[in-house]
Amino acid sequence: MTAIEQEYVPPVRPQSFIRRLFSSRPVAISAAILIVIVLVSVFAGIVTGSQPFQIRPRMRLHAPNAMFRFGSDALGRDVFSLVLFGGRLSLLVGFFVALVSAVFGTLLGLIAGYFRIIDGVVMRIMDGIMAIPGVLFAVALVSLVGPRLGTIVAAISFSEIPRVTRLVRSVVLTVREEAYVKAAESMGIPTPLVLFRHILPSCIAPLIVQTTYIFAAAILLEAVLGFLGVGFPPDIPTWGNVLAEGRAVFQRGPWTIIAPGLFLAVTVMAVNILGDGLRDRLDPKLSRNAKVAA
Amino acid sequence: MNMSLAPILEVQNLSVALPAGLDRRLAVDGVGFEVHRRQIVCLIGESGSGKSVTASAVMSLLDKALTISGGKIVLDGEAITEATAERLCELRGDRMAMVFQEPLTALNPVMRVGQQIAEVLQIHKPQMSADAVEARVIELMTDVRLPNPALLMRSYPHQISGGQRQRIMIAMALALEPALIIADEPTTALDVTTQAQILRLFRELLTKHDSGILLITHDFGVVSDVADRVVVMRHGKVVESGSPQQVLTAPSHDYTKALIDAVPKFRFRPEFPASEKPVLDVRDLTLVYRSSSLFGSKRETRALDHVSFSVAAGETLGIVGESGSGKTSLGKCLLRFETAESGEIFVADKNLATLSGEALRHFRRNIQMIFQDPYKSLNPRRRVGASLIEGPVQHGTSRADAIERASELMELVGLKRDALDRFPHEFSGGQRQRICIARALAMEPAIIIADEPVSALDVSVQAQVLKLFEELRRKIGFSMVFITHDLRIASNICDRVAVMQRGKIVEIGPTEQLFCRPAHDYTRELLAATPGQGPRSERAL
Amino acid sequence: MVRLMLWRIASAIPVMLIVATIVFVLLRLSPGDPAAVIAGDTAGPEVIARVRAELGLDRSIPVQYLTWIGELARGNLGVSILSKQPVLAQIKDRLEPTLVLAFSAMVITILFAVPLGAIAAWRHNSWIDRAVMALSVVGFSVPVFMTGYILILCLSIWADILPVQGYVSPASDPLGAVSHLILPSLSLALLFMALIARVTRSSVLEILGEDFIRTARAKGGNNSRILWRHALPNAAVPIITVIGLGVALLISGVVVTESVFNLPGVGRLTIDAILARDYPVVQGLIMFFALIYVGVNMLIDIACAFVDPRVRL
Repeated sequence: MTAIEQEYVPPVRPQSFIRRLFSSRPVAISAAILIVIVLVSVFAGIVTGSQPFQIRPRMRLHAPNAMFRFGSDALGRDVFSLVLFGGRLSLLVGFFVALVSAVFGTLLGLIAGYFRIIDGVVMRIMDGIMAIPGVLFAVALVSLVGPRLGTIVAAISFSEIPRVTRLVRSVVLTVREEAYVKAAESMGIPTPLVLFRHILPSCIAPLIVQTTYIFAAAILLEAVLGFLGVGFPPDIPTWGNVLAEGRAVFQRGPWTIIAPGLFLAVTVMAVNILGDGLRDRLDPKLSRNAKVAA
Repeated sequence: MNMSLAPILEVQNLSVALPAGLDRRLAVDGVGFEVHRRQIVCLIGESGSGKSVTASAVMSLLDKALTISGGKIVLDGEAITEATAERLCELRGDRMAMVFQEPLTALNPVMRVGQQIAEVLQIHKPQMSADAVEARVIELMTDVRLPNPALLMRSYPHQISGGQRQRIMIAMALALEPALIIADEPTTALDVTTQAQILRLFRELLTKHDSGILLITHDFGVVSDVADRVVVMRHGKVVESGSPQQVLTAPSHDYTKALIDAVPKFRFRPEFPASEKPVLDVRDLTLVYRSSSLFGSKRETRALDHVSFSVAAGETLGIVGESGSGKTSLGKCLLRFETAESGEIFVADKNLATLSGEALRHFRRNIQMIFQDPYKSLNPRRRVGASLIEGPVQHGTSRADAIERASELMELVGLKRDALDRFPHEFSGGQRQRICIARALAMEPAIIIADEPVSALDVSVQAQVLKLFEELRRKIGFSMVFITHDLRIASNICDRVAVMQRGKIVEIGPTEQLFCRPAHDYTRELLAATPGQGPRSERAL
Repeated sequence: MVRLMLWRIASAIPVMLIVATIVFVLLRLSPGDPAAVIAGDTAGPEVIARVRAELGLDRSIPVQYLTWIGELARGNLGVSILSKQPVLAQIKDRLEPTLVLAFSAMVITILFAVPLGAIAAWRHNSWIDRAVMALSVVGFSVPVFMTGYILILCLSIWADILPVQGYVSPASDPLGAVSHLILPSLSLALLFMALIARVTRSSVLEILGEDFIRTARAKGGNNSRILWRHALPNAAVPIITVIGLGVALLISGVVVTESVFNLPGVGRLTIDAILARDYPVVQGLIMFFALIYVGVNMLIDIACAFVDPRVRL
């Protein structure tokens, strides 16, 4: 009783994070599916064989068979090849959007959360951006400036940034009141150091989760752009473009829509399940609004 | 009081199993005791002793992860450990009721308080008319001394004070005059003066309603004030039980003895030699919180109202007061987390109140803080060493020197040098508070502000940390402002004490003089309300 | 309460101003000469100059900006280049199908998603919880147009019970309207239901862990009382807040759904205007949708204050 407790609390040695994450079967399956989809997209050339986009006017709209695993489209092209190659750009867009919105959103969120003077202005601008429907903004911007990778990434990121900003800001607002941040301030640690050393690390876990959801949302939005006819030029295969091509003929050849749609849906679903798994492991009390407007 | 009557509650050999994989198999291990009518039984123990789990088990409100693995609970002759879920719903609220520790979270925030009391009646007596229910609610609210019940019953929980909320909880528990009331730390979240009133209320109601009370507490002061019987628990087991007289004056178990020894008592320090040169000189400090709503109407709260005091080199000044007295605002102001409306704060001949920007940042090392919650005051993601050297390195100490100094400090506060390489979660609360003290000392500040540094700790740990402060003062000597709500603790550690009420210092002076010959009514009131000083406690403490 | 309403209305103004600014900047990001684009490929220089003057593009940027804001403040959204009609009149003409679609999707959602989410939370980790969560992930991941096409394929083409596409006004033929409405509102609602069921579940789950739920049990309250009287009213604020934020989702969904089912609504108008480069209409529509979003969220904030006394100022 009177002796100082010299013993340390035995450090909890949990299973490794990865093992805990994949102990959930849906999460493990999703991760496997994602890896397969990424691999077949990256190595699409090897998987599909030569001349993936050859136009064969006499083989239009064949149902799935031995030659066309997912059937052929209105131009006689192999839908399987189109879908695999399409995955490349779609996944790339998702990746870049997640990256861009995470970086800008985090910076804005840190600033808004820590410097109360700027907070009002930044958050009103974010409210303004959130008020503009993401699809409309992206469609308008891409049709005005032209369908290039950079434009499409910028157009989609723009409407995703407020979500990251709001999330990071809310974490900062909580953490900045923590005693250890106050202690750092009272020791005269410069503000940038306080922000990056003591506050930012608390944002990382929710940020990873949010970025996963944004990745999924971006793939979906890219597909919508393609579907509405304002995405990448029609001759470049992306999931959205393949879907758009299939629109006109879907009554006669539903596989032209179902195949790319299925790939798209399965990818997005896998990413979302992975995001949920990460959230449950990283931060069980993560804001319930994290997925809003995904 | 007829002791031959059957007890209203009998707990026999109760065991509650913890989920697998924890350091302990049982949260409660073979616990047995009885509660009789018109009797207050206190269940006392430190955190982790299993006292709250026992209470939840009696109410059958155990967390889903916990299960009763053995024993029997008998309420008024009925074995409730064997009752069905429906029967338990009938019993809860009607035959047994519970009062929780934190009245703010224990009340439904979107339901009017009157309705929350009425709900008990509506559940168990659906035949009662709406008028009869309302009349009964008003009667109950009057019983627990709530002012203007007819008006207050229409309020929401966030609109009334903490003491009022706890009275609402008690009224709710009394609604059907249950045989047994379980109160789980009912006064811990309240100010001492409110606590004294609530405990007195329990006493009165006991007689009026002819119930028995099982009171869970960690405070021996509360025990000596109200208990008829005491049950001391540790690690899920009963270590000792008996009358308070017997347990408090002649404890048979070492643990009880140590626990009682650790309870802070009034004990005064030798008088501090007067010195002419203050380290900290605060003059006319005023802090006003303004909540201005959009259309002109402004509300002003004077958190600090012309506060003046000084602290001499090597001296410890205590700031005591209840919540809302402004003592925490004072701490924030001294650290410049809040900027005062007017007034001066002189530290080392510089007016801290007017510094800003870089000058303020550099000056901050002179005034360091020790926080209340040791679990939140260390960055959980950084090693202790990194947290300790961060400040000195920032102000120009070389890394090697800072590490060397940090190791010395670790030993000085009673930890090993290798603690520097560990993460905060590897330490207990008391150890963490030692680290926080070391961190403050590492800055070599002119003065340390300690805001309730021991109130989040168990009493036994509390005593150790207080002793550490004493040792450190002897070894290295420093000046400190010590903010606390507990007058007993203040008497142990402070040379002088300032009593605050509503943003003002109502009385300031040498500790012994101030506590033994208080000049102000409020100081007297605080002293009288301190647990262990009550009318029933002449026998002990 | 009145003060809260005024405050909310006042705070919507800067948000709309920012939207107007973004829209203004957006339409000047076009790399070429917008007047040339609008006039068309075959137009000569004098036609282009005339178009430019008509749109006010010959004036300086600040003047253009102030004119834009000024016209907006007076409720003037401009005139379509193609049809020469005021934009507002065009929106009014196409509003009915959109409102009918959005409203029916919203009703389906709230009717099903909130109870499903609450039950999933109550039976945490049971099969029903898992089923609701699985459906919610699916609903979230399948794009609206996919849902639409699969529904058309199954119910219209293979089973042939419902019409494929098109719109019938409820005023002229109520029965026909319903049969034309079922598929689009279902495909739109699925996405929204996923969101709301999820949020309901997690909020109720969180509330069920609160102290006052334990108090309600200690009073002898049975399960249904605890769920419906204590948990759900406290979960209401996050749920309706998310419904408000979800309006953005609904608007995006409406644009796509109208495209899939060939409904002559405002969403369809937007896509047509963008593809035709009818800039004034695009501008006006974005402003219109933003106003809807801000307006709905304003109402929701006020509703929150009714549900939760702590929100009241």
